[in-house]
Amino acid sequence: MGGTMTDSEDTAGDESEVASRAVSKSELFFGFLKIGLLGFGGIAPWARRVIVEERQWVTDKEFAAILGVGQILPGPHTMNAAVMLGDRFQGVTGVLLCLVGQMVMPLVIVTSLAVVYQRFASIPEVRAALIGAAAGAAGLVLGTALKMTQKIKPSRLALVVAAIPFVAIGLLDWPLVPVVVTMVPLSVALAAVERRA
Amino acid sequence: MSFAMLFRIAHVFAILSLVSIGGANAVLPEIRRQVVEIQGWMNDASFADLFAISHAAPGPNIIMVSLIGWQLAGLAGLMVATLAIMIPSCSLAFIASRAIARWSDRRWLQLGKEGIVPVALGLILASGVAMMRTADRDGVTIGISLFTAAFVVLSKRNPLWALAAGTCASVIALHFGALKMG
Repeated sequence: MGGTMTDSEDTAGDESEVASRAVSKSELFFGFLKIGLLGFGGIAPWARRVIVEERQWVTDKEFAAILGVGQILPGPHTMNAAVMLGDRFQGVTGVLLCLVGQMVMPLVIVTSLAVVYQRFASIPEVRAALIGAAAGAAGLVLGTALKMTQKIKPSRLALVVAAIPFVAIGLLDWPLVPVVVTMVPLSVALAAVERRA
Repeated sequence: MSFAMLFRIAHVFAILSLVSIGGANAVLPEIRRQVVEIQGWMNDASFADLFAISHAAPGPNIIMVSLIGWQLAGLAGLMVATLAIMIPSCSLAFIASRAIARWSDRRWLQLGKEGIVPVALGLILASGVAMMRTADRDGVTIGISLFTAAFVVLSKRNPLWALAAGTCASVIALHFGALKMG
């Protein structure tokens, strides 16, 4: 697949604001509508394909930065990216258009699936297929976490920091909020110390 | 029941929205804890069903929350749950978007970004394991999960292939009597 090719035309303005072209309200809406519709098993790869490759709203570098910030904020990183892109191109209206565009079709599809499922839940094949899909989705998340770790290449200290919420929540079933509230300041402090050392 | 129920749905998911660093997958254990253990809205099997249905649909994984709302209180529940999980985090993202545009060169902002990354990684990893504990019931399903994880790490192909293969494998396993049915 040619997905990793970067367009040479993009290099002109690089990461500066100048590089991003004007994006209209309807472009935002229909772009995110498409992302929502395509996004099986996580929508980040599809968001990149539509936003960077197909429509060239922003460069790859800018997209990575937006997604990175979206990752550290609460909420799905792709949804946070939608908020930031919408705000950038069309202000508050843009934000709303991106969010509605991204959510509307998945919501219709998921409720239709739920209705269909209630009717056909007694068929063993349907249940088996769903069991298989869920097991696959679990593996998708595990694999994505491992791949991200591989790509980000955290320091040894960062790996220890990552291990704590993993054990506390994944294995010991501790509640999320106190763990996050404790670990985030600790991790930021350690990052500051590590950088100074 | 309806209004009180809607209020509780809004309350539970609005708080979840504010702490959901790492997205829906990272807070899955907490969603399960709230929905199954604390609120007692459904049992583990129904939760696993909703989880599976929402992952068979395209879109952000957060639509699982919408589906929980739908299951509990119909269309109103769907709307309330969706808005409750979206508005707090999206408002923060909006504020962050404006703040970052203004202070992007400050050192504390860089440090903050750096410090949150490992926590987010740990949360997503925890979520993968928690999801497996919810979804996997026997050797076949554990195998499907591990195969899919390996596929994501090792292959650049669309994970949709792995998901489709896992679904087929599960149906085939059923026919050979190898799949444990709930």
